Amino acid sequence: MIRWWLALVLALAALPLAAQDTMPPAPYAYNQLSDPKLEAEASALMHTLRCLKCQSQSIADSDAPMAGDMRHQVRSRILAGESPEQIRSWLIARYGDYVSYEPEVSSTTWPLFAIPVLVILIVAGVLLRRLGRRRSDDDNAGEAA
Amino acid sequence: MIPEIGLAALWLAAALAVLQMVSGAASLRAAPGEVNPLAIYARPAAIVQAFLAVLAFATLLYSFAVTDLSLKLVASNSHSMKPLIYKLTGTWGNHEGSMLLWVGVLAASGGLLSAFEKRLPDRTMGATLAVQGFVALGFYAFLLLASNPFERLPVAAAEGSGLNPLLQDIGLAIHPPTLYAGYVGLSVAFSLAMGALLTREVNPAFARVMRPWVLGAWVLLTLGITAGSYWAYYELGWGGWWFWDPVENASLMPWLAATALMHSVSVLAARDALRTWTIMLGVLAFSMSMLGTFLVRSGVLTSVHAFAVDPERGAFILGLLGIYIGGAFTIFALRAGAVAEGKRFAALSREGALVFNNVMLSAILAIVLLGTLYPLLTEAFDVRVSVGPPYFNPASAIFAIPMLLVMAVGPLLRWKSDKPARLQFELALIAALVIGVIALVSFFGQYPLLPLLGLGLAAALAVAAVLPLKGRKLTRVPVATWGMVIAHFGIAVSLFGMACEGAFSEERLAAVAVGGTEQIDDFKVTLDSVMPIAGPNWTAMQAQLSVSDNGAAPVILDPQARTFWSPPQSTSESALLTKWDGQLYAVIGNQAEDGRWQIRLWWKPFVTFIWYGGILVALGGVLAIAGRVRVDVKRRVASAKGARRRADVEALGAPAPVPAE
Repeated sequence: MIRWWLALVLALAALPLAAQDTMPPAPYAYNQLSDPKLEAEASALMHTLRCLKCQSQSIADSDAPMAGDMRHQVRSRILAGESPEQIRSWLIARYGDYVSYEPEVSSTTWPLFAIPVLVILIVAGVLLRRLGRRRSDDDNAGEAA
Repeated sequence: MIPEIGLAALWLAAALAVLQMVSGAASLRAAPGEVNPLAIYARPAAIVQAFLAVLAFATLLYSFAVTDLSLKLVASNSHSMKPLIYKLTGTWGNHEGSMLLWVGVLAASGGLLSAFEKRLPDRTMGATLAVQGFVALGFYAFLLLASNPFERLPVAAAEGSGLNPLLQDIGLAIHPPTLYAGYVGLSVAFSLAMGALLTREVNPAFARVMRPWVLGAWVLLTLGITAGSYWAYYELGWGGWWFWDPVENASLMPWLAATALMHSVSVLAARDALRTWTIMLGVLAFSMSMLGTFLVRSGVLTSVHAFAVDPERGAFILGLLGIYIGGAFTIFALRAGAVAEGKRFAALSREGALVFNNVMLSAILAIVLLGTLYPLLTEAFDVRVSVGPPYFNPASAIFAIPMLLVMAVGPLLRWKSDKPARLQFELALIAALVIGVIALVSFFGQYPLLPLLGLGLAAALAVAAVLPLKGRKLTRVPVATWGMVIAHFGIAVSLFGMACEGAFSEERLAAVAVGGTEQIDDFKVTLDSVMPIAGPNWTAMQAQLSVSDNGAAPVILDPQARTFWSPPQSTSESALLTKWDGQLYAVIGNQAEDGRWQIRLWWKPFVTFIWYGGILVALGGVLAIAGRVRVDVKRRVASAKGARRRADVEALGAPAPVPAE
């Protein structure tokens, strides 16, 4: 794990030297698809894929060569007629769940979905307790006064 | 010599924090009507401590200004060739320096509180200062034992290693201090809440003392987040303005809690209701500040594993977090039952709306907290998941949408209880605006759901925000009410900007030869030339783009691709053309082998409204503070006048006037 991070840091450090004089890694890294509908599909997907070499950036927000490579993959696969979800699962198979910003329900992510449901229940409970009962209390108070 | 003075000041300040804590606690043990002899030291200790902590920070600032390379911190984070402004701002561009700033602001706000706050009962003030001293002590210990900013190198370095170029920007120069001042302002709210809880003084008088601190902290947090978002937008070079990045979330969470606290404390001050809510939110808000500091400062975000390998600092902050948050919630649990519930109100009342929205804000906070911490938690077990916009946006919208609707109606309601029949017109207007705008926009095109809802809500909220002024004489509306109106209107403006950016942005990425032209929206963008240029610590390729809007005379934009050499890193300096109805965003990328240049262009309609809205919200907060202070001063002057008149009457020996029956 640590070695992996070290490699990452080194890769990042080498980046500016490489960035100026190499051509973009792939034609679709910095070029849009000509069909605006397909491009919109690709762009929406790219915004939900993590750039694995950056800190909290999507591949649509990064200059890292790997992000460019992945953009190229996404656009050319969209052009070849694949659906965004197919591409997402292909990338997940290749890089793991980490690559997708859109967590899916699984044995490792279920709390991400269970807890919000719990929050909704708690919210409903608190609101009922604080606001629902209030009216009858007020009536009682009114009668007492 | 100068850094040693700073270090000594820091140790002395820590010692005074102990004195403040002990002396403050002693005031709790005084018999009724008497003053414990130990209790008189708390206030002076807080004031002197403030001077010492600020002095310590000033010495570090000086060391950075003169680039004293015998200091480890300066050598590893600064460079003699940086512009002076970035040498100064580099002081808080690193771990130790920013923690020293944190502690400096903490001590300064404690000093201000003890110097100027005379309204609270002595016991409550003592308890408050004791808590403040206790919090400060923990962070002094953290600085002195685990991250000494004044550490010397055995041999002075020949040259410093420089500051991350992304941070060499004016946006980042002002963003952290603003945010920190906000974080730490909440510490005073926390200490006051604990003080009031310990001495059972949770009442409107206490709320009036707490309110300016909460408002002030909230204004600073609002400005800090706004500045940070704009910085990310223009500096990262891809036009994104919010990434749900853990560092951003770390600033959003205290803001959410502070927003709820601010509304709650106002209800307590005005109506003597929501006592336990106010205390709980006070504890929660500062807990989120400390959690934010932990997330950003412990290194846990870069990698949980790196954190596990060198856990000293992280574990230290985590320990402090455990002590303060755990301790506060324990006292809260023990004492909350003893705090009477306060005045009652109907569900349909202004208090009811505020309670609803406080619950919604807390729920959004819970979602953001979950989405931020969950990946860190699973990473500890070697399972890596990413939680990003596709999760945060819908999950927080579940609560944000009802909240915004209630926010539109809430200020129109009466205190205590109200009848829906009275507001028929307003309710119909708000509903018509939401539905009408959504229908109108979807008639013209297919847009994603959330931006669409955002547009409808923004329109309704903008109108609803000014409705409280309806039928009132504008010159007689209190300043604080203007503050509320402007802040709520600011939320609508910001929401409008976000929704427009989400729905209508246009993007153009292209490889352009010099002399070539690209079209985006109504703009024709021509690449005139690309030239190398050099700055004080960087070189760059600078493009000259002439932009002509619908055939008008061209405007020149010059985006740069900068390369810094110490530390070696490249950044994109975007160029922005700001119009009233949006921004054209231009970036230059690499050169392709065929000699063409990668140009990235965006037209983002009304994107600037996001930050204009943020500024309006903060302005509303400032007006609220000004209004309250003015009323307070008036009240004090009037009561002083009354006291003098009574004294005069007594001196004359006249019988006291009998009140008319």
